[in-house]
Amino acid sequence: MTTIFGIPLAALFGQLLIGLINGSFYALLSLGLAVIFGLLRVINFAHGAQYMLGAFVAYLLLQYIGIGYWPALIVAPLIVGAFGALVERFLLSRLYNLDPLYGLLFTFGMALAIEGTFRYFYGASGQPYAPPALLTGGTNLGFMFLPNYRGWVVVVSLIVCIGTWLLIEKTKIGSYLRAATENSTLVQSFGINVPMLLTLTYGLGAALAAFAGVLAAPIYQVSPLMGSNIIIVVFAVVVVGGMGSIMGAIITGYVLGVAEGLTKVFYPEASNIVVFVIMAIVLLLRPAGLFGRDG
Amino acid sequence: MRKNIIASLAFLLAGSTAALADASDGKIKIGILNDQSGVYADFGGKSSYEAAKMAVEDFGGKVLDVPVEVVTADHQNKPDIASNIARQWYDTEQVDAIMELTTSSVALAVQAISKEKKKIDIVTGAATTELTGKQCSPYGFHWAYDTHSLAVGTGGALVKQGGDSWFFLTADYAFGYSLEENTANFVKENGGTVVGSVRHPLASTDFSSFLLQAQSSGAKVIGLANAGLDTSNAIKQASEFGIVQGGQRLAALLFTLAEVHGLGLEAAQGLTLTEGFYWNRDDESRAFAKRFFERTGKMPNMIHTGTYSAVLQYLKAVQKAGTDETEAVSKALHEMPVDDVFGRGGTVAANGRMIHDMYLLQVKKPADSKEPWDYFDVLDTIPGKDAYLDPAKSGCDLVK
Repeated sequence: MTTIFGIPLAALFGQLLIGLINGSFYALLSLGLAVIFGLLRVINFAHGAQYMLGAFVAYLLLQYIGIGYWPALIVAPLIVGAFGALVERFLLSRLYNLDPLYGLLFTFGMALAIEGTFRYFYGASGQPYAPPALLTGGTNLGFMFLPNYRGWVVVVSLIVCIGTWLLIEKTKIGSYLRAATENSTLVQSFGINVPMLLTLTYGLGAALAAFAGVLAAPIYQVSPLMGSNIIIVVFAVVVVGGMGSIMGAIITGYVLGVAEGLTKVFYPEASNIVVFVIMAIVLLLRPAGLFGRDG
Repeated sequence: MRKNIIASLAFLLAGSTAALADASDGKIKIGILNDQSGVYADFGGKSSYEAAKMAVEDFGGKVLDVPVEVVTADHQNKPDIASNIARQWYDTEQVDAIMELTTSSVALAVQAISKEKKKIDIVTGAATTELTGKQCSPYGFHWAYDTHSLAVGTGGALVKQGGDSWFFLTADYAFGYSLEENTANFVKENGGTVVGSVRHPLASTDFSSFLLQAQSSGAKVIGLANAGLDTSNAIKQASEFGIVQGGQRLAALLFTLAEVHGLGLEAAQGLTLTEGFYWNRDDESRAFAKRFFERTGKMPNMIHTGTYSAVLQYLKAVQKAGTDETEAVSKALHEMPVDDVFGRGGTVAANGRMIHDMYLLQVKKPADSKEPWDYFDVLDTIPGKDAYLDPAKSGCDLVK
């Protein structure tokens, strides 16, 4: 068997693929963060809580109304997105004129409150959520057994990431958004409702997080802690990619997922800090991040 | 206005600490210190605090004519935070004994502090045999279970069924090492082999990469030397990667009723596990469990019931000693037999190990479960002397 550094090649391919799957979650989550930061200049610490909410809404929909995975994939992000929009309109928007620190503290506090509430009612162990019947089982790729569901996660998250990037960079509404961040007064004077635009953006960011949450539900336990476990890594991804750079967040998400996967083969004990080591190195060499614009 | 609020807050705080200091004389105070918000929050958590309060109420709320109070705090699985709380409890809040102490790294740290301060600690939540081994304390007790009893129970059952080659997925801290080492030794003594192991950080969310390594090792049994949410996630993801269908078996070395409940019978069915208590064992255990359920909304596992037993026994020991002085109470705890819903015919060895029977359990199929929380078939009762390490071999210098 061919080996690299004593690791069988087949095993290495398997780990690369696993890294790509985890990277999909990092990419989806950091995408939402980057959109919100890029357009609103808000460091959204509630992102992990919104991800957790997405998973919980899917769980509750199934438990109480019998709505299954496929509709939940649309409905849960809509519900969480609407919740996000309400929060932005009535609470977060009041903080735009203050130091960005206030937004950070507010969203951090909100995340703690949401997580605490769910932990109170559902405990820390989490709730089970079965994958949809269509995607159970797996495919033998020769070098590894790929669960069909995980393959689906990679495909769908790639589509959503590219779709969001196209929406913001290539469409008219995206150009309004970008213009509004550059100079909101000017854009408003053209008759565009800027506050509404920002509300929708925050709602979109929250919906993206919730979408990732629904995707994650069949893989991980639906647990109140699932968001806080992943959010710090996702922040590191955004920082490495360059705060606010959407393409940067997507690419970095996948790359760091793969880097983490490889660490798990060569030195598993370091797997949960490798992302931060990379972050430290990038910050030393390129303080604006890999894809960020300097200044 | 704001100044007024701050001033009144300061006044309130000052007032309350003064009141605490006065009241703590002539009082027995027990501290329940554990994880109430992290991966082990369901394993013990707030419910252990309820169990402790139940024990105090069942004892009558008073011992030696002074009231008994239970306090609690969340150590977040961090030994430094736990040490701070323990010092504060002992030094300024007149806490007489600290119990529960889920997470081995925390338990070892707090036991060292208790030893230094000459205070009693009774560990029910943590697993490492170090507590009654090299790091034992004359005032330290290990009550509910330990890594050795889990290895004998779950490890023994699987080796008997032909699982003679093992690969370990191990939580990367004191508890994981201890559990892996105990189980590996046990497997080897019984003619099996260990083909490899991988260590993962505490509170990992994704185990797929570790599971893949375990899968390609070709071992017959994959030993999960972790606990709480980590084990649940590993089991769930193992089924996703077709590990059990591929002919390998999973050994959840530390898995309790609470985690089975979280995982659901569908995913957990067929797992073999070892606990020191099962609520549906007999009338006595069912009666206790029912009362516990009314307070917490869940059935107790061995951590909760073990904590109940530890508090109850501590109060009995204080009564027997006629004082809350540490030496006298420790002596009584070492001498008195344990006989309650948890530790039937239990004895306490010189190294602080409470020796009692353990149960080998198997998770039922969803169709066989007759009522909510009816999760286990009892496969075997492991007598205490087989389940626990011979104190003379524990490495504890208190054993002569």
